[in-house]
Amino acid sequence: MNRFEYVRPRSVAEAVAAGAVPGSAYLAAGTNLLDLMKIGVARPGRLVDLNHLPGLDGIEHQADGAVRIGAQVRNADLAHDPGFRRRFPAVAEALLSGASAQLRNAATVGGNLLQRTRCAWFQDTASACNRRDPGSGCDARGGENRLHAVLGWSEHCIATHPSDFCVPLAALDAVVEVEGPTGRREIALRDFHLLPGTTPERESVLAPGELVVALRLPAEAAGFAAHARYAKLRERTSYAFAVVSAAAALRIVDGRIVAARLALGGVAAKPWRAEEAEAALAGAAPEAAAFRRAAEAALAAARPSGDNAFKIELARRIAVRALTLAAAGTPERLPALPASPFAPLSGGRHV
Amino acid sequence: MSYTITLTINRVPRTLELDDPRITLLDLLRERLDLPGTKKGCDRGQCGACTILLDGRRVNACLALALSHDGAEILTIEGLAEGEALHPMQQAFIAHDAFQCGFCTPGQIMSAIGLVGEGQTGADPERVREGMSGNLCRCGAYRGITEAVVEAARAMAADGQGRAA
Ligand SMILES: Cc1cc2nc3c(=O)[nH]c(=O)nc-3n(C[C@H](O)[C@H](O)[C@H](O)COP(=O)(O)OP(=O)(O)OC[C@H]3O[C@@H](n4cnc5c(N)ncnc54)[C@H](O)[C@@H]3O)c2cc1C
Ligand code: SF4
Ligand code: FES
Ligand code: FES
Repeated sequence: MNRFEYVRPRSVAEAVAAGAVPGSAYLAAGTNLLDLMKIGVARPGRLVDLNHLPGLDGIEHQADGAVRIGAQVRNADLAHDPGFRRRFPAVAEALLSGASAQLRNAATVGGNLLQRTRCAWFQDTASACNRRDPGSGCDARGGENRLHAVLGWSEHCIATHPSDFCVPLAALDAVVEVEGPTGRREIALRDFHLLPGTTPERESVLAPGELVVALRLPAEAAGFAAHARYAKLRERTSYAFAVVSAAAALRIVDGRIVAARLALGGVAAKPWRAEEAEAALAGAAPEAAAFRRAAEAALAAARPSGDNAFKIELARRIAVRALTLAAAGTPERLPALPASPFAPLSGGRHV
Repeated sequence: MSYTITLTINRVPRTLELDDPRITLLDLLRERLDLPGTKKGCDRGQCGACTILLDGRRVNACLALALSHDGAEILTIEGLAEGEALHPMQQAFIAHDAFQCGFCTPGQIMSAIGLVGEGQTGADPERVREGMSGNLCRCGAYRGITEAVVEAARAMAADGQGRAA
């Protein structure tokens, strides 16, 4: 790890001023940033510590039905907030499917949004990586790439965004509130992360120094609470990133889907909102045939970026699974193994 | 440049001078405070061997910057027993043979105490297994670990000890 200057601002304004100095990085829990600093992938000259700032750690249920979540709210606290869990169950399920209890106790909302890809070549400073070192090439393209992207990738970068949390957020039209050197602005979560194109080093629309201060879920998102699930396929039972995942949310009236939301994880450099699939579901009966059609639509543009053609069919199947689970109704209590397609609802056993 | 922080470690308040901003809580405990009970397995958040209670919550000490936790209360494996009397979780680990080499054990025990305090699993083995999945055991003592945590969770609930650690 490189040596750095440590700065502890006392207000958001001070933090933004400090964060705008070139070479600075914001430190939330550090579960991603410190990890990357240890292996030399991140080398900030100064750390601006967000942990002692006032006003960033509240969960406010607002009068109009929206919820506003401070950037420093810990993943576990959000997932276990009773009001939040009841109104946005798929978001809670996604949070609880991520990482481990220890990491969720520390990790923040802001840090989860801005976590970096888990591409092994990105993490190995001896490898060529356009995202880490623009113009150097992409060793993942000829290397071990079975977990890489199948949607929205470019020849410059085939990495995926690893967050579970962001997948239902994209489905439910979350809004990111940002404060920067030039003031405040709001960004739809769906527009927050960038596809690689020719500039994979640009991972989000944040300008240098911009600080995420809060995340908002609109009141409308709670309208899906009765039929909202997250499903996540992992290479081991728990404590693993998604190979593919899906957040599905339905509004069902008189046996018909009147509104549908679907987003996929593990397939692209951003959480992937599948609007074509949503359109295919509108007005349909919540049944297997409609779910399969929706999944086809969601993956219509997919193509392998390496040894990962299997992920396309896997993504279709996880979409169908999430839609099927959502149609069956949000369970009263989350399953013992959140988001796992292998989780029994109660009483069963997994290995 | 040096930095001064205060931490309460195993109930003892301490004022510490750090000459290097890079130090993690794990290295602080092990290398500077002579508390090597907290283990370093991966140093990257991937194994749970370094689990401590930070302000009552279980976290990975390897990914916590010491400077950032100025003012915090820390409980490590060394702070659990009261004299000769072991914590119920320690007793349960012994009773259920919940280890072999013992390297992961301090992290398992601290994690298990954190889990009971969180109050999400009760004594349901299915939920306990998932709640403990952030602690790897290379010796594969998982069966005993789950049994120990389930038993201690019951005992601690009966004792009203759940939150007190
Ligand atoms: C072993 C392991 C397993 C994991 N498994 C999963 C998983 O299954 N699913 C999953 O989703 N995640 C997983 N994670 C990732 C974890 O969710 C992230 O590390 C965590 O959410 C990051 O949050 P943090 O507060 O620690 O951020 P930090 O590490 O402090 O910061 C991460 C990045 O965000 C920036 N940042 C932080 N806050 C702000 C802000 N408010 N404004 C602007 N920039 C900001 C930082 O500068 C940094 O670049 C795993 C991590 C580990 C170590
Ligand atoms: S896929 Fe992207 S992150 Fe991975 S090596 Fe290529 S450029 Fe880097
Ligand atoms: S040493 Fe901290 S998780 Fe492995
Ligand atoms: S007892 Fe050996 S690693 Fe768990």
